[in-house]
Amino acid sequence: MTHPEEKVQDQPALRELTDDPASRKKFLKLMGGGVAGASAFSLFLAACGGGDEETAGTTATTAPAETEAAAADGDLKIVNYALTLEYLEADFYAKVIESGLFSGASLELIKVIGDHEQQHVDALLGTAKTLGEHAAKPETTFPLDSADSVLELAATVENLGAAAYLGQAGAIKNKEILAAAIAIHTVEARHAAALNILTGKSPTPDGAFAAPLSMEQVLPKVKPFIVS
Amino acid sequence: MHSKLIVPELEAVEINGMDRGSFLLKSTLAVGAVYGAAAVSPFVQRAMAQSAMGDIDILNFALTLEFLEADFYKKGLASNLSGKTKELAQLLGEHESAHVDALSGTITDLGGTPVKSPTFKFPFTDEASFLELAQTLEDTGVGAYNGAAPMIESKKVLGAAGSIVQIEARHAAAIRLLRKETPAPGAFDEALQEQAVLDAVKPLIAA
Repeated sequence: MTHPEEKVQDQPALRELTDDPASRKKFLKLMGGGVAGASAFSLFLAACGGGDEETAGTTATTAPAETEAAAADGDLKIVNYALTLEYLEADFYAKVIESGLFSGASLELIKVIGDHEQQHVDALLGTAKTLGEHAAKPETTFPLDSADSVLELAATVENLGAAAYLGQAGAIKNKEILAAAIAIHTVEARHAAALNILTGKSPTPDGAFAAPLSMEQVLPKVKPFIVS
Repeated sequence: MHSKLIVPELEAVEINGMDRGSFLLKSTLAVGAVYGAAAVSPFVQRAMAQSAMGDIDILNFALTLEFLEADFYKKGLASNLSGKTKELAQLLGEHESAHVDALSGTITDLGGTPVKSPTFKFPFTDEASFLELAQTLEDTGVGAYNGAAPMIESKKVLGAAGSIVQIEARHAAAIRLLRKETPAPGAFDEALQEQAVLDAVKPLIAA
């Protein structure tokens, strides 16, 4: 269990994502970059989830403008929240790599996870830009004292991230943004489980059912890592 | 829990609505990529409306996969697993059984009828092939839930599915670590359409 990442370089899917910028672009496109124009996108939003569940059957053309705007605003808020968390994670791993605390197989795993977080940043930033104003990249600070404490912090942050995504799933209106958030959610969960195991904890601290966390619960926990 | 009845083949689940919804959604989204969203929004809307009746079908599809996983770990534990593999199989098997119970309960609460478990056969012969199949099943489980999630109408059901899929992802990562594989094969987990899921699990359904 101490060298779980030995075969990292043998993973074709991983290689594809790390080596091939086209696969990142493909994902960005899936996230909304392929949609033609703002008004088309608004219609799409209205059709997919502008109304509540009971009125989802009403036609896009009759959906009130405020409802479309509210749905898009709500989604943008969630995307920017996720973007902020991903910025934090990506920056954290960049600083961990720079710290020189890790080498060999552990370093390889941290690089893989850090690369995933950067791809999440890219995807969410692209989506936020499509919807409106994107969150600024925060300036961060992390205690990088020892390899052990860094792994503990990494596990904490990943578990928090997984719970944060789970907490937003029901609030996302646009189905494509929901699909993207879900695709990221389970990767955060994978990171969390791996880091839990490497730090001697259960891969599933919540048991058979993962517990969600709200924005109000998550934000105070990450505040200590944000300088500005 | 592991029923004596071999009532629904997975193919029967396939016809039950989730299929139609996801097929429509998939094809309209593909069209949207070419023509722009305005052209397809009415179709997407219709696909969503049609899948409004589909939450129970989606839950039954998930239930079938959980039956499969629960039975897989049960059979694994009945074989000669040892050490960390055995520990993990115990933990994961408990979770899958809890998922079976939760999904069955949710289906009943929604006025549906939970499907019965098919009979499964698993081709593992030793610990290594058990773990290899475990990884495939857990990764497929993640993809199946992620593929179905955007079609789920009820926020409550979506929340429950999300809470379960996060555990499937953690299982997949744990098994991958044990196999010295990367815990996450990419930055974005794949969303599998049900046909891909069926193709993956069909060989495991006993005739």
